[in-house]
Amino acid sequence: MSEKQKPAHPYIPNSAPNLKKAIMDDLGINDIEQLYEDIPEKLRFRGELKIPEPILSELELKKHVLNILSENVSCEDNLSFLGGGCAQHYVPAIVDEVVNRSEFLTAYAGEPYEDHGRFQALFEYQSLMAELLDMDVVNVPTYDWGQAASTSVRMAERITGRGEVLISEYISDDRFRVIKNYCEPVMKVSRFKHDLLTGQININDLSSKIDKNTACVYFENPSFFGIIEEQGDQISEIIHKNGSLMIVGTDPISLGVLKPPSHYGADIVCGDIQTLGNHMYFGGSLAGFIATRDDKKFVAEYPSRLFGIAHTSVEGEWGFGDVLYDRTSFGEREKGKEFVGTAAALYGIAAAVYLSLMGPEGMKELGQTIIQRALYAKKHISEIPGVKIKFNSANFKEFVVDFSDTGNDVEYINQKLRELGIFGGHSLEPNFPDLKNCALYCVTEIHSKNDIDRLVNEIRNIV
Amino acid sequence: MNINRESKLRKNFHQAKWDEEIIFQLHSKGQRGVIPPQTEKEIENKVGDGVSSLPKSMRRENTPGLPEVGQMRVLKHFLRLSQENLGADLNIDIGQGTCTIKYNPKINEVITRSEKASDLHPFQDESTVQGALKIYHEMDKYFREISGMDRFSLQPSSGSHAILTMASIVQKYHEVRGESDQRDEVITTIFSHPSDAAAVAVKGYKIITIYPDENGFPDIEALKSAVSERTAALFITNPEDIGIFNPRIDEFTKIVHDAGGLCAYDQANANGILGITRAKDAGFDMCFFNLHKTFAAPHGCGGPASGALGVIRELEQFLPVPVVDFDGEKYKFNFDLKNSVGKTRSFWGVFPVILKSYAWIRSLGAEGLKEAARIAVLNNNYLLKHITEIDGADSPFKGGKRRIEQVRYTWEKLYNETGVGTFDVTCRMCDFGFHLWSSHHPFIVPEPFTVEPTESYSKHELDEYLEGLRYIAEEARTNPDVVKSAPHRSVVHKIDESWFDDPEKWAITWRLYLKKHVENKK
Repeated sequence: MSEKQKPAHPYIPNSAPNLKKAIMDDLGINDIEQLYEDIPEKLRFRGELKIPEPILSELELKKHVLNILSENVSCEDNLSFLGGGCAQHYVPAIVDEVVNRSEFLTAYAGEPYEDHGRFQALFEYQSLMAELLDMDVVNVPTYDWGQAASTSVRMAERITGRGEVLISEYISDDRFRVIKNYCEPVMKVSRFKHDLLTGQININDLSSKIDKNTACVYFENPSFFGIIEEQGDQISEIIHKNGSLMIVGTDPISLGVLKPPSHYGADIVCGDIQTLGNHMYFGGSLAGFIATRDDKKFVAEYPSRLFGIAHTSVEGEWGFGDVLYDRTSFGEREKGKEFVGTAAALYGIAAAVYLSLMGPEGMKELGQTIIQRALYAKKHISEIPGVKIKFNSANFKEFVVDFSDTGNDVEYINQKLRELGIFGGHSLEPNFPDLKNCALYCVTEIHSKNDIDRLVNEIRNIV
Repeated sequence: MNINRESKLRKNFHQAKWDEEIIFQLHSKGQRGVIPPQTEKEIENKVGDGVSSLPKSMRRENTPGLPEVGQMRVLKHFLRLSQENLGADLNIDIGQGTCTIKYNPKINEVITRSEKASDLHPFQDESTVQGALKIYHEMDKYFREISGMDRFSLQPSSGSHAILTMASIVQKYHEVRGESDQRDEVITTIFSHPSDAAAVAVKGYKIITIYPDENGFPDIEALKSAVSERTAALFITNPEDIGIFNPRIDEFTKIVHDAGGLCAYDQANANGILGITRAKDAGFDMCFFNLHKTFAAPHGCGGPASGALGVIRELEQFLPVPVVDFDGEKYKFNFDLKNSVGKTRSFWGVFPVILKSYAWIRSLGAEGLKEAARIAVLNNNYLLKHITEIDGADSPFKGGKRRIEQVRYTWEKLYNETGVGTFDVTCRMCDFGFHLWSSHHPFIVPEPFTVEPTESYSKHELDEYLEGLRYIAEEARTNPDVVKSAPHRSVVHKIDESWFDDPEKWAITWRLYLKKHVENKK
């Protein structure tokens, strides 16, 4: 095609020659180049960007991208037992229907008048999460659990005026590295141990490490290995006696059956809402929550948006807005609390729809189903000769399988499973050298008895 | 009522107003929205009820206070809320200046909903995610072209997050050179995004802020006196949020380099300069692009987002891990970067956003990217001409002959003459189906507003928006009360702001509302 015949790009209406000319005439210019006259020639890029030719036809674009994606094998194609911070749960149809609505998908930062719906949906998200967590204040979602934990720690630093954080050794390596990067060099980051047999927190180690510089202690329940920590009250006592804050990370999908951390003394609770109605997207649909009591000392330290309900000039009408806006970096720049910007709001709306659909009974039943199926998988896997379950504790959703006595490593077993259309558990040894030949298996409501039986049989055949 | 088709303005507009209840008010015991799968009998027979396996100390004793609502009513509730929201697909969303609200192609949504994207687990073996890794690798290459940088990470979750990541790189860079204690200051400008100060301060830096000179250019003399052996880096936008291109930007980077600092470029305002001028040529060591702005991924009410972060060769070793390599046959993660800052997000970045931007870039190609930039600038200068013709509106700062992709305007004159300011105009714009953003604190420009038309809106739509501003500016003189008491035809009326800063009153959740405003009143 010659230059003249090229169609205006469908996404750029004013590239149609007559419209372009009308605007140029109005501005009294004959070349758009004239509008760049403030950019000195030495800063101008005069080369050609080496980017492939445009794919103007929508159909061809669709084929092109789907063709690339067809090189992926998804967790719909294969049976997957991968977890470790991102998990396959069922997403109800209505969640997709709502989050794909143009009005939500393409909105950004409208005022609480014409964007009333966004404010209300996110206020409801905060409110629904508050019920699940049994806490009073929840933020508009941040990037991911790692960011939520990082901010929780920095909030504790500001609240207590202390500069050190103690972190459990049984959290994901990714998350630990996110927190470490976010806190250093302002804070000192140290770890405390768990019992090697039970996976429970090693109380002696925690007690010996906590001191007057400890702003907060961070642990997760269930832990990265799916272990349910039993010593909540005891840990809380140690931390609070020391004047430190207790931060607990949790998978919210467990809270229909598991005690929320606020019931055993958590001052700040954080975690990820990917599990509540968000497809996995290669780990790209994470979104972090932070929850506290309604104490001004805590509320004033959130960097995130906090949407509040209000009356309007019309009797009976609800309006919404930002609570304590002046604490944010929008207005106060570096004097504000950390920083705020675009994060993960739409995933919060997904979680709001999800929790509204599930209700209290749904969350309870779902929690129960997950525990039963994970127990069933755990039991049957442990019956395979040479295969053991690591850590002698109750689990939720995830558990650690030790293949050491089979003479095979996790990589070999997973490769064999892959050939059979199964994604086996995530190998733990690279990040946890103590867990040689161990894999983290994740079982959720999507796994039927048949799925689990299939996994068990195939592992049995392989080892 | 008559409808005047001569007028560009939608004078009869009224946004959907459902007066929709709060979800908790729809509760009625026993209703169900969705039923999760129940465990098979055979499993139950083997493992029991499951809950008894939990330690007593960790079983939930109370039932979470979630509402019980039937499925159709939940759907209706959220659909009504969506109608009470004016997304960019319905709005002429150019009043959200600095945020580059452009068209988010629907085909990209269709593609992204594919199970081959949505149902990928981040820990899958590399051999099963070659398509996804290819997207990462290609995007790395495209952004290298657009910026002149040598390597990109797609890990940061947003622009602000990319700023934090750049600050982490700055910190690590000086630490490796043994200068991290000495270099504790970062310089930015007041018209760079607040996060260029705030996210950097998270890493412990003292922030020095440069103000504009009388022409609106960041004051180069102030920069010269700000740099010293304590300078760790410069974090700056160009064009800044007022839309003026700083032609001496290469001198800025040189001054900072001469003092031993690094130069980090916030390219949130890149939409007018794609293919026109590049970060590398201005002397920057790193930069980032907002995929949810410039590269057409939707904003999702405030995320998900993505910040593509690029660095020069010397800084590649500091990027967060992993980056994606291609050996000619296979794509793979590379975790082996010598001085990596580690991780700033779990896993591999915000894949759905990256995928949408990939599709957008491929639709436009090199030529289309440049055309998008050129039309965005054309549209902006068209608006500049006509907004400044409105009695009461002006664009402060006379530096530069043109503006790039946006302009910060002021209603100062209108406010002084009529008492109607930015906030009032903002509220009145809703009545015609428009959005105008009431932000830009602190108000360096009095009564500010920023308009950024991008390339997505036709001349006709720009004229419609202009007509709205014009009409309201006139109303401010003829009938100021109607402006000051707006909105009248939006979803809700003037909100009582006293609920937001008073700890006795604020209600961040429904349970707090009930506690503070219902139970306490009994």
